[in-house]
Amino acid sequence: MNSRADIVVVDYGLGNLRSATRGLERAGADVTITDDPEAFAAADGVVLPGVGAFREGMENAGPYRDALTEHAEAGRPLFGICLGMQMLLTSSEEAERAGQGDVTGLDLIPGRNVRFRDVETVPHMGWNDLSVERDHPVVEGVDGKYAYFVHSYYAEPDDDDAVMASTDYGRRFPAIVANEAGNVFGTQFHPEKSGETGLRILRNFVDYCVEQ
Amino acid sequence: MPLTKRIIPCIDVDLDENGDAAVYTGVNFEDLRYTGDPVEMAKKYNAAGADEFVFLDITASAEGRETMLDTVSAVADECFIPLTVGGGIRTREDIKETLRAGADKVSINSGAIANPELVTKGAESFGSQCIVISVDSKRRFDERGEHYVEVDGESCWFECTVKGGREGTGLDVVEWAVEAEERGAGELFVNSIDADGTEEGYDIPLTAAVCDAVSTPVIASSGCGGPEDMYEVFTDAGADAALAASIFHFDEYGIDEVKAYLDEHGLPIRL
Repeated sequence: MNSRADIVVVDYGLGNLRSATRGLERAGADVTITDDPEAFAAADGVVLPGVGAFREGMENAGPYRDALTEHAEAGRPLFGICLGMQMLLTSSEEAERAGQGDVTGLDLIPGRNVRFRDVETVPHMGWNDLSVERDHPVVEGVDGKYAYFVHSYYAEPDDDDAVMASTDYGRRFPAIVANEAGNVFGTQFHPEKSGETGLRILRNFVDYCVEQ
Repeated sequence: MPLTKRIIPCIDVDLDENGDAAVYTGVNFEDLRYTGDPVEMAKKYNAAGADEFVFLDITASAEGRETMLDTVSAVADECFIPLTVGGGIRTREDIKETLRAGADKVSINSGAIANPELVTKGAESFGSQCIVISVDSKRRFDERGEHYVEVDGESCWFECTVKGGREGTGLDVVEWAVEAEERGAGELFVNSIDADGTEEGYDIPLTAAVCDAVSTPVIASSGCGGPEDMYEVFTDAGADAALAASIFHFDEYGIDEVKAYLDEHGLPIRL
């Protein structure tokens, strides 16, 4: 791919924007960091980064909810990273555990985020390998490769077909989830911190955005 | 597959005579030798397949601090693996600035011993995953400790030291590791003044004592002379990650060489 994609990274006050941005630039994207939902319309793809807690994430992302939904429903690429991925689902045990009641996610991929149980150490932190479960341009060339994870909750989509790649940590859990159309997806791991494999996913994403 | 054992190169960064950041490598926390440019070294290890990268600011001076944050940003821009930055972190604001400069985690040593509340506050504000508590341990063969292990036929405890091992704190390393974990530390970074720079192997009794006491991942540091030492600290002590400086900086071993050895010996490694 020679053409560059215009990617918007959503600055909703959380997350390591700098490394996500650098990773996308290295993957060949022109990146704009923005807190303006109007900017999504002109972009080839939108990235929702994230580090932190579900409730705080959803509260901060509140002003972007409509624009993100609109973008996703128009069939345009939306990529969530870590907490950004969890926010693509409907709800999370994290908010309930923290006594914050029911916090509604973006609900673009129906399902819930749940906490790891019966494992020695939570968070799941470190390098673990990916098994690709569903063909998609974004996961080309990454089956069996390692990615860097840091998380205590994982996605449990209602539909098994939403699992694009899985990983083992005490049990199999989704490492990458996607909606049915395949234009909305998210990685539980950090592609911007997953060395060559992560950069490959970001390059795949940039190419996918150009093709759409 | 279980989580892989991590191999982590570490650089000690100081200001050179022109006031620019430069990497130095020492023996027993002394005899510092100029080793290279931080950004070039980050690029090299990133390309070589390191699992993480550790950047320690050893300037400990106010004027050094600003240069260091700029250098952290330049290093972060070349690091597509997790980056831990330590040295001189004493306040919540220091943590925030360092993360904002591009670090994924901060390593806190004497700042946490002086003010344990910093660990709690840091974990609450930024998440446990980015709070690494670092200790500089020294073996003591007296009666002041809490947790004793047998070393060379003698009863020994491990003391947290500060100022590169020159000053004791009276704090037992194992005791402190447990407290740091309870306060929300996400990882423990265990240095040994006794083993540092010797290239004769990690401090196994120390690392094992800490690993046995906590469930947080433990990064073993100090004393690595080669891949056999890493194998030993993973299998005999139970470390989750092994850090090394001089063997990589002086090209005694490549990251790939070390990883191939550990993989051949049956450890889960990201190749």
